[in-house]
Amino acid sequence: MSNDWPLFEVFIRARSGLSHRHVGSVHASDAAMALDNARDVYTRRNEGVSIWVVPSVDITASDPQDSDALFEPAADKVYRHPTFYEIPDDVENI
Amino acid sequence: MTSRTSDTNHDAATLAYTLRLGDNALVLSQRLIEGVAHGPELEEELANANLALDYLGQARMFYTYAGELEGEGRTEDDFAFFRDPGEFQNVLLVEQPNGHFGDTIVRQVLFDSFYLLQLEALAACNDKRLCEIAVRAVKEVRYHLRHASQWLVRLGDGTDLSHERAQASLDELWRFTGELFSGDEIDCAFRDACEGPDLGAIVQAWRDSISTLLAKATLEMPADGWMASGGRRGIHSEQFSYLIGEMQQLPRNHPGASW
Repeated sequence: MSNDWPLFEVFIRARSGLSHRHVGSVHASDAAMALDNARDVYTRRNEGVSIWVVPSVDITASDPQDSDALFEPAADKVYRHPTFYEIPDDVENI
Repeated sequence: MTSRTSDTNHDAATLAYTLRLGDNALVLSQRLIEGVAHGPELEEELANANLALDYLGQARMFYTYAGELEGEGRTEDDFAFFRDPGEFQNVLLVEQPNGHFGDTIVRQVLFDSFYLLQLEALAACNDKRLCEIAVRAVKEVRYHLRHASQWLVRLGDGTDLSHERAQASLDELWRFTGELFSGDEIDCAFRDACEGPDLGAIVQAWRDSISTLLAKATLEMPADGWMASGGRRGIHSEQFSYLIGEMQQLPRNHPGASW
């Protein structure tokens, strides 16, 4: 039976205004039950106000073997960071 | 009628009614806990455990209030663990065994749909404490009903086997639904003294919601036949004594124990 239930990844948002964070996964017969199961498994201790569930097969993930090619080139391009501006004193919020 | 008498009547009616609410919640909680480690999946077991804890919390609130109303120093533990089976006045539906998953789900649907309506009516009664408890419990039971209903639709509108078993569970448990709505003196006394739930008004809403749900689950509503009763008079099924025995054996064998 457990071989037949698809896997869903669960994302929970702790408070309004924050982002949904990945907290784990559940097996469920379908998406609607996955919401219920996620509620029962991952919000027992008041962890959140919103749940997203996504079938795991729909998530496309980067291959760890490619991480050199994908991510290292950005490591030494300091000119891409927005840290070279001096903000004048009169500007309060930017 | 002096106001003293009507206060006493009010308290007596409330006490009797509150004890029944506590008994329903406690017995159902105990039944659901029995399902932990026997569920079809880990997620379902967690769901069952959560549901059982919700009912246990409600039972605690009802019993604590009953102890205060009675004024004889009985605590929630006294009501739960030191009363004999004949003193429990829960409805027979909640003491039905878990059986297979379909039996459990059908029992939950039939009871939760009634309990939700009862709680919504209680949230409008004139007993402040019961209102507060009801307002809180309503949110919990709304989820219980949602969860069980979703399962019922999947079982009924599922495979031939699940449909056949769900229908059999429904046919078996239908005879316990009559007791939910056959009000006796305690129900009438509470309704009159405290603007409590009116079973006559609730039963039609219950039938409507059940028939909508059953239609969605492609299940047939059984015909009303003979209805079992007696739970609310303390006359219970044989398996009830096993439930009570298991629940009470630790505190009874070691009274006053704590850890």
